[in-house]
Amino acid sequence: MKGKRFALSKLYLALIMLITYLPLIMVVVFSFNDSKLTAAWKGFSLRWYQELFRDAALMEALANSIKLGVISCALAAVIGTLGAIGMTRVHYKSKGMMEYLSTVPIMVPEIILGMVFMAFFSLLGLPFGMVTLAIAHTAFCIPYVFMMVKARLVGIDPSLEEAARDLGASPARTFWDITLPLIMPAVASGCLLAFAMSFDDVVISIFVNGPKTSTLPIKVYTQIKTGVTPEMNALCTMILAAVIFVLAGTSLLRRQKARPGKRQ
Amino acid sequence: MEKRNKWGLLVAPLYAFTLLFVLGPMVYMVLVSFARNNGDGYGFFWRFTTENYTKIADPVYLQCFVQSFKLAFSTTFFVILLGYPFGYFMARLSERGKRRMMFLIMVPFWTSSLLRLYGWIIILQAKGVMNAALMGLGILKKPLKILYSYPAVLIGMIYALLPFMILSVYSSVEKMDWSLTEAARDLGASPFQAFLTVTFKLTLPGLLSGVILTFIPSMGLFFIADILGGNKIVLVGSLIQDQLTRGSNWPFAAALAVILTVLTSLMIFFYRKITHVKDLEEIF
Repeated sequence: MKGKRFALSKLYLALIMLITYLPLIMVVVFSFNDSKLTAAWKGFSLRWYQELFRDAALMEALANSIKLGVISCALAAVIGTLGAIGMTRVHYKSKGMMEYLSTVPIMVPEIILGMVFMAFFSLLGLPFGMVTLAIAHTAFCIPYVFMMVKARLVGIDPSLEEAARDLGASPARTFWDITLPLIMPAVASGCLLAFAMSFDDVVISIFVNGPKTSTLPIKVYTQIKTGVTPEMNALCTMILAAVIFVLAGTSLLRRQKARPGKRQ
Repeated sequence: MEKRNKWGLLVAPLYAFTLLFVLGPMVYMVLVSFARNNGDGYGFFWRFTTENYTKIADPVYLQCFVQSFKLAFSTTFFVILLGYPFGYFMARLSERGKRRMMFLIMVPFWTSSLLRLYGWIIILQAKGVMNAALMGLGILKKPLKILYSYPAVLIGMIYALLPFMILSVYSSVEKMDWSLTEAARDLGASPFQAFLTVTFKLTLPGLLSGVILTFIPSMGLFFIADILGGNKIVLVGSLIQDQLTRGSNWPFAAALAVILTVLTSLMIFFYRKITHVKDLEEIF
């Protein structure tokens, strides 16, 4: 009885995963299709990959997206981490309100954030482009880093820091040698998540991008809207390959790191 | 005193950024929503009016809100229905199984959501894969027209948001103390009773954060309705974008945004009150 139920639950997991991967499989298969239509198979071809690399505008958008992701991630990492550390050690009256406010960017629908940024930036007279994109992306990247680091800080055993202080380390030294290494994993995963969100964002970017600066998701959005283009299949396949490569790499690294630790 | 000031410096960047780039724009949006639109063309001028809000009561615009909420509710409903069991079963897998499943979930999660939606176009379009398969098997005689309809939008929304629910339910089931459920069983509860009174209650925070992570975005993801729904489904998101760009009526767009923000915040507030959960579960 119990074994049967277990098999059913596994069947359910497999079924949902199959549906999840179905569109991805379609995209990969049709990226090698030698036809402009994505309806029928006409034979193997790499021409869409060639066209993809020849598409200068798309390549530039890709470069922009990576640059934007790195900039906003780095800014968010610094502001969010420092903020989370500071928050646990100060007791202003405004603290609760401030904590809420700093997570607002991921608590309201994206479209709201996009429109208020657009209105506000034109009020400030900022030229729309990389700068406005970076500010907007940093704003919604900060909550991810902030929340993850804060959660990690709560979990840290305070006696570790006390021990360091008792042994004569200065507050700065204690922070550098004890606290920072302990929260680093949270900073890293917050950053990864923030980068993923930035790299994937359409809604906010549409409002704050400039006439000359476009990001990859915006380019993809405008292309998909006008219809099906096989180039997009090739692009999706490449991104998919990159994601699998990075994820497999990090999980391998993690496992290698975990192994010697387990022996102790 | 000196010590406190030092730590205070660490919060300074966060305070400054939040005040300038989060609170500032939000306040500005509220102000603009009470300004008057220049009748023809761009811009607005500062003279107090509430007409932007009364305009929303117009059935045409009200319909947008109704449609958006309907879509957000049905999306959330289906995401719970599909995602809760998934997260629950996943947490009961072996360590190895969990790791593999996590990998399988993270790959599409990290791949661009737009491109994943694009895969659905290939499947759902009239001359697409699904119709070809169904007609080949003799199940259908005429191709189904799913793409550019409400069901297509719903599929796209569920598909885009399901991972959030799965991950938050998974993380709370994973953390659960199973001895409590066992205790309930030992005291004579049926498996179903034990699940409902113990397991389900303990995993409620995870479900809640999943609901919030699903509901809020589904109010704003206008591009899914745009791509998979054609022009047939006009959501508040599309309406706001339209008012900002083509309609160039900023005060009205701002009023729509204010109402949308208030409504979603109220939803979250009541949901928390009902479920008695205060904090968002940390996921990922």
